[in-house]
Amino acid sequence: MSQSRIMPGFRPTVSFTVFYLSLVVLIPLSTLVFKSFELNFDDYVNIITHKRVVAAFRVSFTTALGAAVIASFFGFIVAWVLTRYSFAGKRFFHALIDLPFALPTAVAGIVLATIFQPSGFLGKFLKENFDLQIGFKPAGIVVALIFISIPFVVRTVEPVLQEFDSRMEEAASSLGATRWQVFTKIIFPNIFPALLTGFALSFARGVGEYGSVIFIAGNLPYVSEIVPLLIITKLEQYDMPGATAIALTMLVISFLLLLLINLLQHWVRKRSGQL
Amino acid sequence: MSAAISTRVHQSTLDDANWVRWSLITIALGFVILFLCVPLVLVIIQAFSKGFGAYFSALSQPDMQAAMRLTLLTALITVPLNTVFGVAAAWAITRFEFRGKNLLITLIDLPFSVSPVISGLIFVLLFGAQGWFGSWFVEHDIKIIFAVPGIVLATLFITFPFVARQLIPLMQEMGSEEEEAALSLGASGWKTFFLVTLPNIKWALLYGVLLCNARAMGEFGAVSVVSGHIRGMTNTLPLHVEVSYNEYDSVSAFAGASILAGLAIVTLILKTLLEWKQTNRATV
Repeated sequence: MSQSRIMPGFRPTVSFTVFYLSLVVLIPLSTLVFKSFELNFDDYVNIITHKRVVAAFRVSFTTALGAAVIASFFGFIVAWVLTRYSFAGKRFFHALIDLPFALPTAVAGIVLATIFQPSGFLGKFLKENFDLQIGFKPAGIVVALIFISIPFVVRTVEPVLQEFDSRMEEAASSLGATRWQVFTKIIFPNIFPALLTGFALSFARGVGEYGSVIFIAGNLPYVSEIVPLLIITKLEQYDMPGATAIALTMLVISFLLLLLINLLQHWVRKRSGQL
Repeated sequence: MSAAISTRVHQSTLDDANWVRWSLITIALGFVILFLCVPLVLVIIQAFSKGFGAYFSALSQPDMQAAMRLTLLTALITVPLNTVFGVAAAWAITRFEFRGKNLLITLIDLPFSVSPVISGLIFVLLFGAQGWFGSWFVEHDIKIIFAVPGIVLATLFITFPFVARQLIPLMQEMGSEEEEAALSLGASGWKTFFLVTLPNIKWALLYGVLLCNARAMGEFGAVSVVSGHIRGMTNTLPLHVEVSYNEYDSVSAFAGASILAGLAIVTLILKTLLEWKQTNRATV
């Protein structure tokens, strides 16, 4: 371990960092793990395999998956349009992409619920013309999660599209490839890892999302009840073991997703290094 | 210059057909307008749906004012703490080599991957009536959960990584040559930090503070778990919006929401300016 001898502040900054990290993050987070040791394994399995809990996990994962797929598709097009074309108002739209990061989730939640509820202006339109109800249905959860996911996809894909070496495109088209072939054989395979990362980030965020979802979801047990809401319900019923067991399961799944995302990003870096 | 011209020549054979271009722009903008513009505009329309008078009287309600004060207080406590931490952590990580550094970087990012509801739950498990330290605090008549300290702690957890995560990559890239030069010429550690490091990182630092503040003021899930939703006491502005909405007090809900949306718009504008400052600095 070679230290730059001249640089001051090694001891104070490292010890403060570790101390503050332990106090604010590690100790609180570890309570969840230690609390769940108070449960025996059979209790844990009973809680987690309860029908309502299984249904909530199914709702959370399927809606997050659906939203991540839709957001990846449209997010890719948005990133493409923002990096490759020029049009009026481009800067405005570019800045607007980050709105879901900046707008508090509760605000997003009540607005989306107001738009898509059966009496809302889009909800009514969809109901009357297509007999489609989004608000207070699982589809409403998907809509809220799409909103949350947009910047994750666009902001992950955009820099890769921007730095894409156009000489590869030029080479392919001068060798006679059609525009579609250039896209499917050259551009898309190079963008794909980034798109997959954006997808995974959206999915991970969507599974844990609470504020934007609860207003539009309808929160019907077995149908449109998400896992975070079920944790809160258990808490309000003073069912600490229930809340702890479900939360621990969620946490482990999130960490596995995080691991996957890190591996993906490693892969992206390796690939772009080879270009 | 010549490279720019030659790519432009090639580009003409590489451009997407006009119909492709325009249909993609239409799809992209349609999507962005539906999902981002419409919600933003609707907040304002709903807030003023009963007129200006109703809007301003909703904003001047004591509970609304108390919620705004609590949100400001929470941000005023959490943002400076996490900023000091972010700078210290970035200094430790980017200026020294030590074992476990990569683990430390991963741990700092941890709160981003925890569901907001779980971020609130862990503090209930620690300080709630049934929690580890709960009974001690009850005996000493200190309320953490369903009180302001719980809200501050949960917000501290949620906004923990923002500043550090902006500074670490930048300071890594910058290297420490400039600081070493200042130090070897006899400048003190603090002087080096304020005169050499800080001018180089100020835009990234402000960027981190901005994002940290937006999240601190807007956090809902984590705060909702620890707050107890006591009107005028433990409701932050996002929680007051929720309570009003659930009580069908649409004007109050959207008046509160319009303040938060205004905050989001200011954040986006400042963010765009700071990004512009940062790229300008990079090219100079």
